[in-house]
Amino acid sequence: MDAGITLMDVRAFVPELTLICAGLMVMLLDLVVKKKGILAAVGIAGTLASMYATYKLFGFIAPQNAFFGMFVLDGYSNFFKLIFYLNIILTMCISVKYLEIEKASFGEYYALLMFATSGMMIMASAADLIILYLGLELMALSTYILAGLMRKQPRSNEAALKYFFLGAFSSGFLLYGISLTYGMTGSTNLAEIAQAIHMTNIAGNPIMYLGLIFILVAFGFKIALAPFHMWAPDVYEGAPTSVTAFMSVGPKAAGFAVMGRVLFDAFGAMQVQWTTVLIPLALLTIAVGSITALSQTNIKRMLAYSSVAHAGYMLLGIITGTVDGLTSTVNYLMIYTFMNIGAFSIVIMLRREGFQGENIEDYMGLSKSHPLASALMLVFMFSLTGIPPTAGFMGKFYVIMETINAGYTYLAVIAVIFSAISAFFYLRIVVYMYMKDPKDEVVLSNSPSMTIALAVTGVMVLVLGIFPSFLLNLVRSSILG
Amino acid sequence: MNTLSYSILSWTVFLPLIGVLVLLFMRNANAIRWTTLIFTLMTFFVALPLLTNFDKSTHLMQFVEKSDWIPSWGINYFIGIDGISILFIFLTALLSILCVLVSWTSINDRVREFHMAILAMETGMLGVFVSLDFLLFYVFWEAMLIPMFLLIGVWGGQNRVYASIKFFLYTLIGSLLMLVGIIVLYFYGGKTLDILALSQIVYPLKMQYWLFLAFFAAFAVKVPMFPVHTWLPDAHTEAPTAGSVILAGVLIKMGAYGFLRFSMPMLPDATKFFMGPILILSIIAIIYGALICFAQKDFKRLIAYSSVSHMGYVTLGLFTMNTQGVEGGILQMINHGIITGAMFLMIGIIYERTHTRVIADYGGFAKIVPWYAGFFIILTFASVGLPGTNGFIGEFLIILGAFKANKIIGVLATTGIILGAGYMLRLYQDIFFQDPNPEYEATGKHPIVDINLREIITLVPLFILVFWIGFYPNTFLEYMHASVEHLISQVNYTEYAGQENLIAKFISEIF
Repeated sequence: MDAGITLMDVRAFVPELTLICAGLMVMLLDLVVKKKGILAAVGIAGTLASMYATYKLFGFIAPQNAFFGMFVLDGYSNFFKLIFYLNIILTMCISVKYLEIEKASFGEYYALLMFATSGMMIMASAADLIILYLGLELMALSTYILAGLMRKQPRSNEAALKYFFLGAFSSGFLLYGISLTYGMTGSTNLAEIAQAIHMTNIAGNPIMYLGLIFILVAFGFKIALAPFHMWAPDVYEGAPTSVTAFMSVGPKAAGFAVMGRVLFDAFGAMQVQWTTVLIPLALLTIAVGSITALSQTNIKRMLAYSSVAHAGYMLLGIITGTVDGLTSTVNYLMIYTFMNIGAFSIVIMLRREGFQGENIEDYMGLSKSHPLASALMLVFMFSLTGIPPTAGFMGKFYVIMETINAGYTYLAVIAVIFSAISAFFYLRIVVYMYMKDPKDEVVLSNSPSMTIALAVTGVMVLVLGIFPSFLLNLVRSSILG
Repeated sequence: MNTLSYSILSWTVFLPLIGVLVLLFMRNANAIRWTTLIFTLMTFFVALPLLTNFDKSTHLMQFVEKSDWIPSWGINYFIGIDGISILFIFLTALLSILCVLVSWTSINDRVREFHMAILAMETGMLGVFVSLDFLLFYVFWEAMLIPMFLLIGVWGGQNRVYASIKFFLYTLIGSLLMLVGIIVLYFYGGKTLDILALSQIVYPLKMQYWLFLAFFAAFAVKVPMFPVHTWLPDAHTEAPTAGSVILAGVLIKMGAYGFLRFSMPMLPDATKFFMGPILILSIIAIIYGALICFAQKDFKRLIAYSSVSHMGYVTLGLFTMNTQGVEGGILQMINHGIITGAMFLMIGIIYERTHTRVIADYGGFAKIVPWYAGFFIILTFASVGLPGTNGFIGEFLIILGAFKANKIIGVLATTGIILGAGYMLRLYQDIFFQDPNPEYEATGKHPIVDINLREIITLVPLFILVFWIGFYPNTFLEYMHASVEHLISQVNYTEYAGQENLIAKFISEIF
C-alpha cells in the first residue's frame, strides 16, 4: 500500500488526463483564435485522442485497479466512457452555429464541456466514494457554469442558480451518506464497504440504511428522479439548448454509472433495502415524467419531463438487482444518447436570429418546408416513445424483459401503460409537423457539423432498432465480461 | 422447408421497402406514382410462385427462412407461411396495388411521402403474416402504426388528427400489454420466441388465463371487438380512400389472425375458457354494429360500422372452434377484405366527384352514374351475403359452425344477416334511387361523370374474386384445410383435456 503512485496508476488515468489537457489547451487557444469553430474542432480532436487512449487501455488486463484500488478500469467504466465521448462530440457538433446565434461563442464553453466530461469519466471509474465525489463535483461545477452561459438572459441565470443550489444540496446529502457509511464500515472503498457489511452483518442496520438513502437521494438529484426532479424542467429550459442536450445525457449517464457501481459493488448485500426504496421512486418518476409532459407547450420543458420519465425506465433495470438488468440499463442509456441528442439537434436548428423556436407551435407544418428534418424528428419522437423499428423500442424491450425476468411483472405492466400515455406528447410533435399548416415560414439554421450530428444520430437510431445485436454484444461483453 | 431456390418470402416482404428507399430520391409526382405502382405490382408477381409451389397437404410451415437476428437473446429472423397466412399475403399485395391506383388523382399533397407510407405499410402487413418469431411479429405489428398514423393524420378528412391519435393510442396500449405477455412466454418457453416451439408447450392454467387477456387486449382492439371498437368508425371515416381500404382490407384482419396464430394454439385451455364470453361479444358486435348502421348519415361511416358487424362474424366463426366455423371465419376475413375494400374504393371514387359523404346529399345516382350504380349493387349483394357472391359462402360456413356450437348463438347470428340486408338495401335506395339531386345532374351545378377506365381496372380484380369465391370457394378453401384441421386438433388436445370441468378448475386456480 505504501509503494506510492506508480506509472501504472497514471497510465490508467491517461484518458482523463488527455481530456483535461485538451481542455486547458482550448482555453489557451481561445486567447488567440478568433473563429471559435476551430476550438470545437480542437475539442473533438482531444476527445478522440482520449477515446483512443481508452481503446488502447482496453487491451490491458482488465479490470485494472489503480491508485490503491480507488480507480478502476473495467468494461463497465469503459462503456460509460464511450457514452460520454459520444455525448460530448455530438454536443460540440451541434453547438458551433447555435452559439453564434446566441452570441455566446466563448472558448470556455468547449473547455467546460471537456472538464465536465472528465468529471463523468472519473465517476464511471470511481471505486471509492471520495473519488466518486471528486468526479461528481468536477462535473457538477462545470455544468453549473454552462447552464448560466448566456449571462444576459435572466432565465439562463435562473437555471444556473437553481441548478447550483439544488446541486449543492444534493452534494450535502451525498457527503452525509458517505460519512454515515464510513462511520459504520470504516472505509470509503466500495469493495471494503461490501466486505464490512458482509463481515459484521450490518445489512439490516438502520444507520446503514440511512446512509444508503442519503446516497440514493444524491444520485436521484443527478439523474432527475421524482421527487428530486424539480430542477430539471427549469434548468433544461433556461440553459442554452446545446447545454441542455449535453446535460440530459451526460450527468444522467454518469449518475447511473455510479449508482450501478455503488449499489452492486458496495451495497450488494442490502439489495432488499434499496429495491424497496427504488421501486416507488421509479414508478413515481415514470408517472410524473409522462403525465406532466402532456401539458407542456415549450419543447425544451417537454423533453425535460420526457427525460425524467426515461430515467424511470432506466431505473427498472437497476431495480432487478441482476447484472443482466444493469446491462439493459446501460444499453438503454446508449440508445437514449442518440435519440435524445438527435431530438435536441432539431430543436437547436429551429433557433435562428430573432426567433426562439421553442414552442411546440413553431413546429407547425415543418414537414412541408423541411421534409428531411421533420422525418428525422419523427424518427426521434417514435424512438423516444419506443415504437419499432427504432432503437428506442429495443432499449425499452430489453429493460422490460429483464424486469419481468426478475419477477417484477407488475412493474413492467405499469411501465408499459405509462409508455402508452407518454406516446401522446411525442405524437403531438409529429401532429404539429405533419398535420397542421405552417403559420409562417420556418428557416432552419443548418451547418455542416450539425448535419454530421443529425446523420449519426438518425442512422444509429434506425440501425440499432433493426440490428440491435451489435450494440447488445458490445454492452454484454463489456459488463458481463 | 422451401421448395424454391431463392428466399421468396423475404423478397416479397422487403420489395416494397426497397421501393421506399427508391422514392426517397424522387421528386416528380407522376414518376413517383408509376414507381410505386411498379413496386406493388412486382411484389404481387414475386409472390405468385407461392401459390403454385404451395403444398396443400401439410399443415407445416412452408418457404421457411431462418437466420440469426439477435443471437444474444436467442431471437431469429424466422419467417414462413402455412395455409392460414398464404391467402392474406395475396390479399395484402392485391389491395396495395389498388390503393396506388385509386389515389392516382386524389392525392396531390406530399405525393412522395404518401406513397412511401403506402409501401412501408405493405412491408409491415406482409411481415406480420409471415413472421414466425414473436419479436419479429411484434416489430412489424407496431412499425405499421407509424405509416398508418400518418396516412390518416396527413391525408385524411376533416377530423383526421383526432382519428389518427385515437387509432394510434388504442392500438398501442393493447400492443404494449401483449408485449408483456410475449416476454412472459419468452422466459417460460426457455428464452425463445419461436412461435412454433412456443405452441408446443403446455402452460399452467393461471398463466394461460393472464396471457390470453394480454393478447386479447392487442387483438381485440385490432379486430375490433365490441367494447373497444370505437376507434374504427373514426379512423375508417377520416382516412383517405387508400387508408380506409388498407384498414378495412388488411389491418383489422390482423387481430383475428393473431387469435388464430397465437391465442388458440398456444393457450388452448384459456381459449376454451373464454370461448363463451367471446361468442357473446361477437354476437353483440354483429347485432349492435348492424343496428348502428341504420342511424348513420355518413356514407363512409355506415360502411365503417358495417365492418364492426362483419368482423363480429369472423370472431364468431373462429371461436366456434369447429372446422366450418374456423374456415368460414378465415374465408370471411378475405371476403370482407375484398368487399369492404371495394366498397371504400367506390366511396372514394364518388367522393372525389361530389366532395360529400352525407347520404342525404345523394339520390337518384342510378340515373346520373349508371355504371357506378351497377358495380355498387353487386357489392351490396355481396355484403348482404346473396348466394353466388363470396359473402354468402363465408357467412354460411360461419353460421353452420355457430349452429354446431350453440343453437341460440346460431339463431342470433342469422338475425345479423337480416339486419345487414336492411341497412345495405336502404343505403342503396337512398343513394341510387329516390329523386336525383339536381346539383349533380348533367345540367346541374356540379355535373359528375361516370366511372372511368382506371377506376374500372381498379375494381375489376375484386369483382372477379367476389364471384370466384362465390361460385367456387374450394380454390381458396383447399389451401387452408390442412392447417385448420391441425389448429383445431391443437386447441382440442391439451394436458387438461381429460378433466371434466375445465371452467371450475380455472376458477379454483385463479381465485
